[in-house]
Amino acid sequence: MAPPTQVAATSGEGDGADKPLVLLADPIIPEFEPELSAHYRLLPVAGADAAIAATARALLTVDLPAVTADLVAALPALELVVTSSVGVDHVDLAACRRRGIRVTNAGDAFSADAADFAVGLVVAALRRVAAADAYVRRGGWAAHGEYPVATKVSGKRVGIVGLGRIGSLVARRLAAFGCAVSYNSRSPKPSAPYKFFPSVLDLAADSDVVVLSCALTEETRHMVNREVMEALGKDGVLVNVGRGGLVDEPELVRCLREGVIGGAGLDVYEKEPDVPPELFGMDNVVLSDHRAVLTPESIRGALDMVAGRPLLSPVTL
Amino acid sequence: MESLGVLLLHPMDAYLEQELARRCRLLRFCWDAPPDRRDAFLRAHAGSVRAVVTGGVAGAGAALIDALPRLEIVACFSVGFDRVDLARCRERGVRVTNTPGVLTDDVADLAVGLAIAVLRRIPQADGYVRAGQWKAKGDFTLTTRFSGKRVGIIGLGRIGLAIARRVEAFGCPVSYYQRTKRDYPNYTFFPTVVELAATSDVLVVACSLNEQSRRIVSREVIDALGPGGVLVNIGRGGHVDEPELVAALAEGRLGGAGLDVFEDEPEVPEALVALDNVVLAPHMGSGTRETRRAMADVVLGNLEAHVSGKPLLTPVV
Repeated sequence: MAPPTQVAATSGEGDGADKPLVLLADPIIPEFEPELSAHYRLLPVAGADAAIAATARALLTVDLPAVTADLVAALPALELVVTSSVGVDHVDLAACRRRGIRVTNAGDAFSADAADFAVGLVVAALRRVAAADAYVRRGGWAAHGEYPVATKVSGKRVGIVGLGRIGSLVARRLAAFGCAVSYNSRSPKPSAPYKFFPSVLDLAADSDVVVLSCALTEETRHMVNREVMEALGKDGVLVNVGRGGLVDEPELVRCLREGVIGGAGLDVYEKEPDVPPELFGMDNVVLSDHRAVLTPESIRGALDMVAGRPLLSPVTL
Repeated sequence: MESLGVLLLHPMDAYLEQELARRCRLLRFCWDAPPDRRDAFLRAHAGSVRAVVTGGVAGAGAALIDALPRLEIVACFSVGFDRVDLARCRERGVRVTNTPGVLTDDVADLAVGLAIAVLRRIPQADGYVRAGQWKAKGDFTLTTRFSGKRVGIIGLGRIGLAIARRVEAFGCPVSYYQRTKRDYPNYTFFPTVVELAATSDVLVVACSLNEQSRRIVSREVIDALGPGGVLVNIGRGGHVDEPELVAALAEGRLGGAGLDVFEDEPEVPEALVALDNVVLAPHMGSGTRETRRAMADVVLGNLEAHVSGKPLLTPVV
């Protein structure tokens, strides 16, 4: 999730004392606020007085800053951490496990939007939709003629890293475009009708497009490195709707500059909102501002989970 | 077919041109020259031109056909032939071919890619990031979900069906309008375009352009589609009442549009360039290396068949 605009949480009207207290690890997304404050008393954890900190049982986080071991230690009554994102790499799961604190994420609320956006980035990168739109807007079509030919999407080999909720929806969509779908994940999924590759390197070697839709963990950090990009090849395209940390970003920039890979569609970066400026001059790259999941429909879905029945999507600690 | 005099109306594809030069007697028309020079050229070469190779926008009008007394065949490097004077060709016994089938996937891919790009504002996000605004301003934009949107398709031919199959994978219910109702168990037929538009979130133009379909997307249809609706046009600019479309978009009476074609290409209405609820493409529906190559082979195959007295591969007339 992108860092939300700064909005102070309200504590609800009148009968605040009757509503359960939920501490906010980061400023709440404005769209969440009315619905949540109707049911909960919301206070920011930063600057919460000792009495509040001592009794708070629930903590709501969007994405950043991190829910660290120190934060958890400062909340001795904490029983539940709710994150409205899908990723939980910003939560110290080990610290939560030690304390018996349950962690839930937004489950399926965002999956369709993330998958749609991944497909949108694949098509935009291969067919140059964003670059061609800019070309038309600056008068290039009238002045210089047709946009150079791009690359066909149908029939391309697509390798998906992470066949979870998001990855499996990406697979279904791109299969309908006539793409040959294969995947890599921690373990093969017997019910998935796609070819499994035990390593990202093997997957990249057999793919024209690689889509990253897996969690960021110690094992997956920088999984896309130079070797993987060389295997993907000079006509290959990388699409990332997972986490910036999955990719060795400086190496990605080098590989794009040198033509080691053919293009990229990126929604996430290692140090958002910093984006390597060298990418701004590249026509074969599509850049977005970590918006893959940000639709009113997904926020409504996440709210249903968070405010309604949060423990339907507990994270395995 | 080394003795076949072929007039290439304008540059359209390097491979096609190279093959025509290698296998036929190729003449390149002075497309950009003033009218009197063009007329002089035609007079000078009238005796040797037996075939014309043209593009979808250029077509072949009565004046050109009349200027070439030895003309036997017009081979279009496009699936659209609305700018070829078929009546005049029939009168003269001139054959006409196009390039159906080989570009179906590309056009369908782009149609869906444009729909996602409009709804999720992909080119706008790209521009926002490239201009350094994500870092400077840090707002986030909510854009509406694509999955599940009701898709209405005008014309369920090869391209329309290919679009339907793709959007079904996103859980989009599919409806359609065409002159004759067919038996599609999963797609809902509407007898008028207005009714189709009224029940659609995304309306896609995927039919051929002829007398019945000219300006089929009228003011009434645009109004029925409404402020929540999006138009995607991968057909012909002539399918849409363009001034009405532009006004509706500028005034917010239509939610958005993804446009690959325009009434007077390469001119694009200035008012559209200022809007961020549109995605503009420079008629690149078939603009991939793979498909242009396949289209060129169809053109060459039709010319070969004609010269050897065999049935044409893809005759229109």
